[in-house]
Amino acid sequence: MKMNFKNRDIVSIKDFSKTDITAILNYAKHMIPYAKGEKQIDILKKYILSSLFFEPSTRTRLSFESAMNRLGGRVIGFADPSATSQKKGESLADTIRMADAYSDIIVIRHPQEGAARLAAEFAEVPIINAGDGAGQHPTQCLLDLFTILTEKKRIEKNHIVLLGDLKYGRTVHSLAYALSLFGAELTFVSPESLKMPKEVINECKEFGVEPNSTVNLDKAIIDADVLYVTRIQKERFPDAEEYNRVVGTYKVDNELLKQAKKDLIIMHPLPRVTEIDPEVDATHHALYFKQAFNGIPIRMALLSLVLEGRKL
Amino acid sequence: MKELKIIPIKNGTVIDHITAGYAVKVLRVLKIPESTSSVVSVAMNVSGKMGKKDIVKVENRELDPHELDKIALIAPKATINIIREYEVVKKHKVELPNEVVGIAKCSNPTCISNAREPVKSRFQIVSKDPLRIKCYYCDREPEDIAEGII
Repeated sequence: MKMNFKNRDIVSIKDFSKTDITAILNYAKHMIPYAKGEKQIDILKKYILSSLFFEPSTRTRLSFESAMNRLGGRVIGFADPSATSQKKGESLADTIRMADAYSDIIVIRHPQEGAARLAAEFAEVPIINAGDGAGQHPTQCLLDLFTILTEKKRIEKNHIVLLGDLKYGRTVHSLAYALSLFGAELTFVSPESLKMPKEVINECKEFGVEPNSTVNLDKAIIDADVLYVTRIQKERFPDAEEYNRVVGTYKVDNELLKQAKKDLIIMHPLPRVTEIDPEVDATHHALYFKQAFNGIPIRMALLSLVLEGRKL
Repeated sequence: MKELKIIPIKNGTVIDHITAGYAVKVLRVLKIPESTSSVVSVAMNVSGKMGKKDIVKVENRELDPHELDKIALIAPKATINIIREYEVVKKHKVELPNEVVGIAKCSNPTCISNAREPVKSRFQIVSKDPLRIKCYYCDREPEDIAEGII
């Protein structure tokens, strides 16, 4: 079946079927040598990307910009909204109308949930959501799935443990949804106060997946194929007291990993703080830096599909 | 003689089959008593064929369709009877559209629809029974729908 992604907005992972996602992941595999700079390509040389980052970001912004450059396209935009008209009180809708007139595709990160959906209403050109507050971050989700697929050869039937802040963490909500869509086995490990929201668990169940929830990492790790670690994000907590109570609850170190399967992979959307000990970096379990690289082929695949359709 | 719990009205609107306990929320949506100086009667926990229900009678006021949509959000099984000279001249069953625009405010304070942007709030109906709606922009499902009615 031929997928048509041309001019499609990428706002939420939920806008995509399993077939769509599989097509994107497979296309991204072809991008790897270009993402590494081993081969050159300029299929997007006639296009300009607007990179509108209303909130700080390192990996997502740089990888989008790198992806566009690797495909021969150009990038305009800002990484600090304090230097824009937003500061003068301009609405997001007006900023989007402007970027729509200046470029062929818009990548947006914004602190408010729903910002990318709103942007898609005001732009003729396609919008890619690079994170909207505590809402969606579909390209992160795709690169996570891509990492599991390339390392484990399949997504379904893997036992995947999601660890850390499952309440406020936006990546784990989309990821739990997408992993359920593919039929992975899920375990949620978090402090009692940061448990996975009921709505997310219900979504998993709609796909026939019955996730386990526990506070005990030691047990969960024993038969895990993938351990997905998240940072407890201070900025998402309504009060400092709640944050202080739970920060540092879990630490992944070599001692813990003695109980794990030999081929366990550890992922993390980064940045990490104290949840993974740096000693783990040197082990074959550590996949998080490769995962960060995978943002490039995935974003190259998306940019190419949305602007030009499949070219490779 | 049969005792009438609420007496018939001459002109106005009778909202029947309101989910038991929701009459007060219906009044709030209709901005009663502020929006009318006529008599309004409320009956709660009335036994009907389908179990307990609430009934609201508003004298001398015929509800318009926009108001009906608002009621559908909190009392999806309600029926609206327009009364003239003690007779029912029109009977509507409120019907939930698949999307409601500009009626309820998103409960998420950081949703973009609550910012100073040129858009109206927009909700999609996730399920009609039990009623669940979600914000088109941020996906949040409000816990108390009546709370957000504008």
